[in-house]
Amino acid sequence: MIVYGQELASRMFLGTAIYPSPSVMAQSIRVAKVGAVTASVRRETAGKPPGANRFWSFLQELSVPILPNTAGCQTVKEAVTTAHMAREIFKTDWIKLEVIGEQDTLQPDVFGLVEAARILSEEGFQVFPYTTEDLVVAERLLSAGCRVLMPWGAPIGSARGLNNPYGLRTLRAHFPDVPIIVDAGLGVPSHAARAMELGCDGILLNTAVARAGDPPQMALAFSKAVEAGRLAYLAGPLEPRDMAFPSTPVAGKPLLAAGA
Amino acid sequence: MHLVVNGSDVVSDVATLSELIEKLGYLGAAVATAVNGEFVSAALRTATHLENSDRIEIVGARQGG
Repeated sequence: MIVYGQELASRMFLGTAIYPSPSVMAQSIRVAKVGAVTASVRRETAGKPPGANRFWSFLQELSVPILPNTAGCQTVKEAVTTAHMAREIFKTDWIKLEVIGEQDTLQPDVFGLVEAARILSEEGFQVFPYTTEDLVVAERLLSAGCRVLMPWGAPIGSARGLNNPYGLRTLRAHFPDVPIIVDAGLGVPSHAARAMELGCDGILLNTAVARAGDPPQMALAFSKAVEAGRLAYLAGPLEPRDMAFPSTPVAGKPLLAAGA
Repeated sequence: MHLVVNGSDVVSDVATLSELIEKLGYLGAAVATAVNGEFVSAALRTATHLENSDRIEIVGARQGG
């Protein structure tokens, strides 16, 4: 998968948050052989020596790209300022742009999202917008400078999977050349496989791995599902039909019924 | 001078943002700064003079989804 001109090793992006421990996080990232990881910017803790950011040390040793986010931002101003701070720290133009409109659903404020995407694109950022499956919003984001779309599957952390697969399929059909990475709401690997079978280019998830009973095992399962779904998509799946079509040839079936 | 640093009240006699960063022990650390909601790049911290009641945010890399 190529995003913003960069070829990635894998179609699975993994978040770094809410794991039981740093070592479990590291192991999950390793076994899944991810294409990128997400991170955030948050306040430094007062009184803590600056060299004590072990997470920062861990990130620097990773050999996969880092995608910083603007998680929690609710306004254009907040998101743009956060993006600038993230670029300064992570030394990347990549930014996962979140402008959150509502606290129960954590759904994107799509109006603010498009505006922030335009501002950041003009300032040289390579924006990965966390959006919905709305076609019009997608068009606006691409006009604003985005070259990737990251539609949700379901609300963040909900583990519901793909709430609107038809919407995702429509996005895929309308924007055949735009990388589509389904982000948020995945729960089990079959959700990821389904997204890939629809033709999406990748997935991003965090909670379903971090909060699984065995996060590294779940990360591995998701990576296999992403691979399986992609292979299936490329292999040209059979279209669903309402009626049965025999698979075993009818010709040559022995006549065994009595009195026939 | 009274400042608000990462939401906490701080009394300090620093004149610039770079002096504040150094005084708090963040010199050379991978942090980013904002003053009164405006991003201030590392290159501009020395030229950024602080005033009474300024709100300063000092952020670093954290886990995120």
